[in-house]
Amino acid sequence: MRVPILKQGDYLIASIQAALTDADLVQLRDDLANMAVRNRARGIIVDVTALDIMDSFALRTLRSTAHMLLMRGASTIIVGIQPEVAFAMVQLGLNLGDTMTAMDLAEGLALLNRRREPR
Amino acid sequence: MSETRVAIHIDADIITARSVGRALAEKIGFTGSEPVIIATAISEIARNIIEYAKRGEIVVRPMHQGNRRGILVVAKDRGPGIADIELAMRDGYSTSRGSGLGLPGARRLMDEFNIDSKIGKGTTVTMKKWV
Repeated sequence: MRVPILKQGDYLIASIQAALTDADLVQLRDDLANMAVRNRARGIIVDVTALDIMDSFALRTLRSTAHMLLMRGASTIIVGIQPEVAFAMVQLGLNLGDTMTAMDLAEGLALLNRRREPR
Repeated sequence: MSETRVAIHIDADIITARSVGRALAEKIGFTGSEPVIIATAISEIARNIIEYAKRGEIVVRPMHQGNRRGILVVAKDRGPGIADIELAMRDGYSTSRGSGLGLPGARRLMDEFNIDSKIGKGTTVTMKKWV
C-alpha cells in the first residue's frame, strides 16, 4: 500500500496507515526523495503511529531515507513510535543513530519550526 | 488453539507471519510488549527465508510444560543452508545486503533459540518464548 504524502508549506508529511511490506518501504523512500526535490522541502515528518512492528529492515530503510534527505538540506523526523515497538527494537539491538524523533505529529512540527528559527 | 502454518515466499508473507504470531501470542497470554517482541523476531527470521532461501514456511504453535505456557516458532526452508552458524549469529555479519541483525536479534528477543542447518539441504530455526 502506497503511503500518502501531504504537502504543508515546505514540509512533507508521510502518514503511514497500515503495516508496510519491504517494497512499500522502499517505495516510500523513493516517493519522499522525489517529492522533496520537486517541492524544495525543508522538513519531512514520517508518522509511524500505525506501525505495530518495526523490524531491522523498516528501521534501516527509514534511517537511510533520513540521511539521504538531510543531504538535500531537509530534516526528517520520525514521529509516533509506539512504546512496545520501541522496546522490541532496543531488545533486537537496533538504534536510530542520529535520526530525529518526536512523540507525535504536533511535536514533530514544533521541532521542525524550532530548527528553522534564526539563531 | 492449534498450530498455524504460513508459507513464506513474497514480502507480504512476512506481514502475515508476524500478524499470525502476534495474535497467537496474545491468545496464549503474553501481555504488554511481549506479543510485539515475538512478532518482531518472526519478522526477522521470515525475511531471512526470503533473502537466502527464496521460500519456506513458518509454523507457530502454543506450548505447555506443566503450568508453563509458551509459544513455539519454527521457520523452515530448503535453501542453501548456513555454512558457519557461529558466524551467522554474530551481530553485523551478513552475506547479503542485510543489517546482519536478523538472527542474533531474533535470539535476543526470544527465550530459546536453535538453528539446525545443512549445506544444500536447508535451515530450520526453532524459537521459544515462555509467558
